[in-house]
Amino acid sequence: MNARQGFIGQSVERREDGRFLTGKGQYTDDITLPGQTHAYFLRSPYAHARIQSLDTAVAAQAEGVLGIFTGEHFKAVGGLPCGWLINSLDGAAMKEPKHPVLADGKVRYVGDRVAMVVAETLEQAKAAAQLIDVQYEELTPVVDTGAAAGAASSVHDEAPDNRCYTWGIGDKDGAEAALKTAAHVTTLQFRNNRLIPNAMEPRCANAFYDTNADNYTLYVSNQNPHVERLLMCAFVLGIPEHKMRVVAPDVGGGFGSKIFLYGEETALVFASKSIRRPIKWTCDRSEAFLSDAHGRDHVSTAQLALDKDGRFLALKAETTANLGAYLSTFSSCVPTILHATLLAGQYRTPKIWCQVTAVFTNTAPVDAYRGAGRPEATYLLERIVETAAHEMGLDPAEIRRRNFITEFPYASPVGLTYDTGDYNATMTRAIELADVAGFAARKAASAAKGLKRGLGYSAYIEACGIAPSSVAGALGARAGLFEAGEVRVHPTGKVTIFTGSHSHGQGHETTFAQVVADKLGIPIDDIVIEHGDTSKVLFGMGTYGSRSLAVGGTAIVKAVDKIVAKGKKIAAHLMEAAETDIVFEGGEFKVAGTDRSVPFAQVSLTAYVPHNFPHDKLEPGLNENAFYDPSNFTYPAGTYICEVEVDPATGVTCIERMTAVDDFGNVINPMIVEGQVHGGLAQGIGQALLEQGVYDNESGQLLTGSYMDYAMPRADDLPSFTVETAKGTPCTHNPLGVKGCGEAGAIGSPPAVINAICNALGVKDVPMPATPYTVWQAARAAAR
Amino acid sequence: MGMKITLSVNGKPHTRECEPQTLLSEFIRETLRLTGTHVGCDTAQCGACTVHLNGRAVKSCATLAVQAAGAEITTIEGLAAADGTLHPMQAAFKACHGLQCGFCTPGMVMSAVDLVQHHGCQSERQVREALEGNICRCTGYHNIVKAVQQGAAAMKP
Repeated sequence: MNARQGFIGQSVERREDGRFLTGKGQYTDDITLPGQTHAYFLRSPYAHARIQSLDTAVAAQAEGVLGIFTGEHFKAVGGLPCGWLINSLDGAAMKEPKHPVLADGKVRYVGDRVAMVVAETLEQAKAAAQLIDVQYEELTPVVDTGAAAGAASSVHDEAPDNRCYTWGIGDKDGAEAALKTAAHVTTLQFRNNRLIPNAMEPRCANAFYDTNADNYTLYVSNQNPHVERLLMCAFVLGIPEHKMRVVAPDVGGGFGSKIFLYGEETALVFASKSIRRPIKWTCDRSEAFLSDAHGRDHVSTAQLALDKDGRFLALKAETTANLGAYLSTFSSCVPTILHATLLAGQYRTPKIWCQVTAVFTNTAPVDAYRGAGRPEATYLLERIVETAAHEMGLDPAEIRRRNFITEFPYASPVGLTYDTGDYNATMTRAIELADVAGFAARKAASAAKGLKRGLGYSAYIEACGIAPSSVAGALGARAGLFEAGEVRVHPTGKVTIFTGSHSHGQGHETTFAQVVADKLGIPIDDIVIEHGDTSKVLFGMGTYGSRSLAVGGTAIVKAVDKIVAKGKKIAAHLMEAAETDIVFEGGEFKVAGTDRSVPFAQVSLTAYVPHNFPHDKLEPGLNENAFYDPSNFTYPAGTYICEVEVDPATGVTCIERMTAVDDFGNVINPMIVEGQVHGGLAQGIGQALLEQGVYDNESGQLLTGSYMDYAMPRADDLPSFTVETAKGTPCTHNPLGVKGCGEAGAIGSPPAVINAICNALGVKDVPMPATPYTVWQAARAAAR
Repeated sequence: MGMKITLSVNGKPHTRECEPQTLLSEFIRETLRLTGTHVGCDTAQCGACTVHLNGRAVKSCATLAVQAAGAEITTIEGLAAADGTLHPMQAAFKACHGLQCGFCTPGMVMSAVDLVQHHGCQSERQVREALEGNICRCTGYHNIVKAVQQGAAAMKP
């Protein structure tokens, strides 16, 4: 490998690892400011109750207390905004009740924020919170997703039947007509289990108001600091945006849960002006279970119509999505725009209809969690396709092949246009790697031991690289979804990149530097990637929806292109050549067809010491910005094959093989990409086998509120994975040809696991999570 | 009611006041300002706070600071050599991409070092079982297991 080029496609070791491995990472809780004070939130013990009285007088006198804040303080400011407007089928706007910073007269889930105590120490804040006298009138909670619409009790007065919206997409009449006349119809009901994200770093914030400068600084564990600032300033607190700095330093995982603007950091910023000292809040894990936005929680019924040869004619899906007690930042678009539009999957299904009813319940808000809507769609589709194959006596791979989209671009009947893909290639390779040919022998060997072995497929697609702003806007987005980047070339030819993407485990400091090193032909050590600070980075929409490289990386490439274009002008002047004769390669500006060249660093020095410089044509300096708004989503796709061995006596499922073949288009750093898939697989297997956020239907209490009750995947729950990134079909509409890899593992794997268990037991369905008890019950029922 | 304790942390003696209920994790993070030791839960399940106490891995969130009086503590900050050379286990985590967000990493590395020091080089199954008390949400453990096995090989005398 040339020392200066060829970084793209190489598994370069991560540049961020040094600080993380030696304890030198700087997460928000690691930052303690001079004069630091501490906040504690008093939370609702009830799922649904009216606050009859709230008396803070005694607590306010407690030792160390500096201030107590309640809903009264926030009456004059806005609620936490929802970033996506969804209209119902009848044209009515979604119900959008206020999401108060602190509870205003009513609490709507266990853990709802009632009051914030600020004190000299955390212990003092906690002790004082116990002295706050709150009298509640308990109300009947609405808990179950399927029963929420039309329940006797209402979460919000604005939505008496608890419906936020009833939305639909596709051709209802066409799908229903096809279902009536099809040779075969497969019907399935699903519950896509509620998940609790559990980034290992709990949420944390530290807010400070500078009296002299009249500005605010907020350190917060967050995936998109500019969005956080914009939402908090413009929609809630009315702080001038330029008077607020948001810093998201090292962030210990997000998975979606740190996209959103939460009430906690908003209350901290608000209070910091009167407390006039920095206020820190660090979430306990128990508190995180109650108050982080949860994920999934859909109940669906689906029907797939097929002709006699197993060709898909129509898909009809009806989904009820639980949005929890309030509309979190992106909640409304998850079960609609990010879910129903994916129901074509990898298949030419001519007629699709999906109707989504979103409901309020007395549970924590539900919002985007790794995959966000796309895992729910993939689960629905890949479960019903596999079930149809078994019902019709077709091989699950064959039924998929018969229906694969093979010509691109492909306009799906649910609104997306796939630019490229090769679904046969990823499936064929996955079948090889999973040694499907040897499955029958392995199954027989298991059977000889009294164990049941099964194989399950999942051929997923996702739409990521979110998103073309005009498309998103037409669909109800209230924000743009471009990304910004800046390339600052220093006089000596060293480069600082500022990106609006945010890295919280994805390794941008390495991947983005590889891209720039290749494009500029300079050593990777000459490049620094800066992110996560609104005072440094010009703007940013942040990291979610597998968008960082496809959108943020492209913004950087666009800015690099501008640097090169300007550099050519400078080089032409230095070499007294025509600008059109200058080529840039290997870190040098050359006059084409000659041996004359100037290195990149000489051009950068000339830009900053412009003695011999074309002042009549150019400004000095070498610094460029770019904003990139994608023209389409990107469409990663692949096939996952899971092989399980189930012990029917105990219901214990062991994943024997998990094979993932993904087409992510071009890959910058295979090691990092495979790591992303590993993590996604673990979360998807967690959903399939282990994880479920459970609320008690009567009381609305969260029953899975700690790592003692919520089964996080641990090392001994998982196998090693077989992961391969296909050579793939490069994305056609971004210059890097990249698609996005962050969510694929979590999207593709749950149906593969459940399909494998169903195959092992010979049953039609096993609900998620397929715990030993659930599987044992299914095995018993099948044996009868 | 403060108590005075003396202990050695990363080879350096410290004598500090602490409350009887102060957790070792709080003492390390807040009193000594060694913030490489992380706290990821409140039920002693996640293992992010793992440090070595007299050479054995303990969850510092489930240990009182006063219990560590007189003890020798090693945190993630004390694992690399004085010249900055990474411990073989740290180097293996880097080489194998055994970390992503980095939050569980200090505890994971401290547990892994303890595992190898006291139980030697292990099979994949044994490594997975031994890491049951350390939760990672990013990596799916695949590369952590590889890193521990590679680190174990490199730690052989």
